[in-house]
Amino acid sequence: MSGETSGCPLPSDDGGRVLLAHGEGAKLTRRLLDEHVFPRLFGTGMRPLEDAALLPPLSGSPVLATDSFVVSPLFFPGGDIGSLAVYGTVNDLLVRGARPLWLTLSMILEEGLPLSVLDRVLDRIAAAARCCDIAIVAGDTKVVPRGAADGLFLSTAGLGQLVEPAPIGVSEIKPGDVVLVTGPIGRHGIAILTAREGLRFEPPPTSDCAPLTAAVAALRNSQAAIRVMRDATRGGVTAVLHEWSRDSGLTLFVDERQVPITPEVRGACELLGLDALSVANEGTMVVVISPEDSIRALAALRDAGYAGATAIGEVRSRGVVPVVVSRALGREQPLVEPSGAPLPRIC
Amino acid sequence: MCLAVPGRLVQWLDRDPLMARGWVEFEGVRRECHLACVPEASVGDFVLVHAGVALGIVDAQQAEQTLRELRAAGEATSPQFGEDDA
Amino acid sequence: MKYVDEYRNQKDAEQLLRAIHRRATRRWTIMEVCGGQTHGLLRYGIDEALADVVELIHGPGCPVCVTPAEQIDRAIELAERPDVLLTTFGDMLRVPGSRRSLATARSTGARVRAVYSPLDALMLAEREPDLQIIFFAVGFETTTPATALAVQQAARRGLHNFSLLTAHVRVLPAMEAILRSPDNRVQAFLAAGHVCTVTGQEAYEVPCRRHQVPIVVTGFEPIDLLRGILACVDQLESGRCEVESRYRRCAHREGNPQARRIIEEVFEPCDQPWRGFGMMPQGGLRLREMWREFDATSRFTETASICEVDDRCRSGDVLSGRIRPMQCPAFGKECTPDSPLGAPMVSGEGACAAYFQFHPTIQNAAVDSPGRKT
Repeated sequence: MSGETSGCPLPSDDGGRVLLAHGEGAKLTRRLLDEHVFPRLFGTGMRPLEDAALLPPLSGSPVLATDSFVVSPLFFPGGDIGSLAVYGTVNDLLVRGARPLWLTLSMILEEGLPLSVLDRVLDRIAAAARCCDIAIVAGDTKVVPRGAADGLFLSTAGLGQLVEPAPIGVSEIKPGDVVLVTGPIGRHGIAILTAREGLRFEPPPTSDCAPLTAAVAALRNSQAAIRVMRDATRGGVTAVLHEWSRDSGLTLFVDERQVPITPEVRGACELLGLDALSVANEGTMVVVISPEDSIRALAALRDAGYAGATAIGEVRSRGVVPVVVSRALGREQPLVEPSGAPLPRIC
Repeated sequence: MCLAVPGRLVQWLDRDPLMARGWVEFEGVRRECHLACVPEASVGDFVLVHAGVALGIVDAQQAEQTLRELRAAGEATSPQFGEDDA
Repeated sequence: MKYVDEYRNQKDAEQLLRAIHRRATRRWTIMEVCGGQTHGLLRYGIDEALADVVELIHGPGCPVCVTPAEQIDRAIELAERPDVLLTTFGDMLRVPGSRRSLATARSTGARVRAVYSPLDALMLAEREPDLQIIFFAVGFETTTPATALAVQQAARRGLHNFSLLTAHVRVLPAMEAILRSPDNRVQAFLAAGHVCTVTGQEAYEVPCRRHQVPIVVTGFEPIDLLRGILACVDQLESGRCEVESRYRRCAHREGNPQARRIIEEVFEPCDQPWRGFGMMPQGGLRLREMWREFDATSRFTETASICEVDDRCRSGDVLSGRIRPMQCPAFGKECTPDSPLGAPMVSGEGACAAYFQFHPTIQNAAVDSPGRKT
């Protein structure tokens, strides 16, 4: 980390911050990789030497996912941008029925980012990848001038292999199918909002940021007929149900009184005037499952540690509105897609 | 207008008339709220909070009275209508 | 959640709905003044459940909706100054001024930040001594104590980089304006419970007597709303006309004396333009002379704004109860929550946005209209 290139005109990285030169592909880039990135991601083991990774052939259909991560703050209760970048892409593969195998990692660093922060993020990336048993096989690092990014942006792509029987897909959901969630909703969104807007809730609400590996495995082992799974990220459960309604032409119904929610999220949502159904998750998914299998599936999820797994609604034939919610009074109302990120309101 | 939420006062932090503050608990979260408008509030009271400021103390007796009225009305009307609210 | 969940009970709600149906011999027209109540009525489907016996007209009680476009333009101008960080409630960010909203201004470099409380803005002022922190203060009497407290605390702590751009409004003049209007249809009012927590309900006696209109103070949970409506219908059916409270747990007759005192120390009533209404006599609040140093408009010299509000928008008629949101020609067509022409389509409690959200047929029509396709 020190500038021990005495006498050399090369810009030093003293002060322990990321410099523009770190991204220019020259000596400083090499040092950034050798001293920070590689040891943290790969230890002393094998490291990718080429820009492209040559991978062994797959025995099933390849499944590919990509996602970008710009969360602010970089570290928040229950998670951080590094874990999010791994789990987010892993979850995208898992919910599509794939076994995650390989990951690429792109980093856009803002000039001036403390190297200690980068190191912490890299450590979290490595730990998350180990936890999901996924190998990082290619990557890239760029540095942009101060102000052009918010500390650090990550982008990951994941490649996995479809595991049969795979979820049959949203086009095959049928009226009467059960909608379930794997746990309490809205935790990530409330954790981020609290941290970013300085809302000073105590204890700080924690994100649900986690891989869905065990949930998907439990569902698979229960041999329940899974129609479709989706991790309910931005826009929360509401956004997922709207997407499914659009893609299937059916109406999705949710009973708010069945929806699991933690006391933290409940209190914060009441105070800020937010609807937990539309708040983001990062380790909780929505599943559509055949009605005869739903009890078995829920039992399997609970056995696997998803104590909050609950049936929250059902698929219906197409009605007047795409997504219907029944709230406290039991009267059915349209559930509208949120049009922007949730913000605390007074009205 | 005016999203205001009842929370339980769990601790006074400052009793200065202008700077009065305390911890208020809303289900699973606590927040520091300003208490200048409710100097008489005691720990355990529920206060009605809007934009970080407690505007009043929830009157437990009145709340109980309202619930009693609702229960009485429910008992009075349900046999008359003979409906099963399943 | 105590004092919330008990008032969302389905069985009690059904019993109250039946009681209202039983009591009403005709269809009555009741205005809920407060946008938070509009939101609750539509969120829980109460308006539809009562449609045959009560027409609910949605009143002007959405501070975000009645803030004049000129004032939003002024906020944007201030936010664009290099030394200023403009703070306001999250609701305000997307409300259109004459040309832009604070959110669009932020996208082109203005420094704007949403806060939960004006007192959080004060903390920013303490943390960022090199910036001028302006709080764009909107809201009815419920919100005014928080703003007034922020000013008094700023003075006590010597925070000279804190100031207010005020657009605080008073609810009573608006109710009186509606009652005086020749085409008024309102037969009874649901008065906003949380305003009354602060102000009390004595001031309502005058319009109640002068215009022979029942005024019932109530809360925001479905049971509170239904109890309020039942009390209105009961008064109307028995030919009575009184101010009464169905929200005694939170609103006392005399309000909160400390809160009233704090407001009176800092603010005084003034004439103020309301979006959609025009000049509202005594409809606003301004800082008293002794607090003028905290007035952002006198601290920063400003240029005059050009103000053209989109004339396709009939928010004035909606806010005064003359038309229902879907009677506006632009509703759900040129004007949706994603691209609002007027303020009531922006705020979660604006009548137009609430209708758009909770009325199935409308939403569907809008989804099918070409303007919404992406």
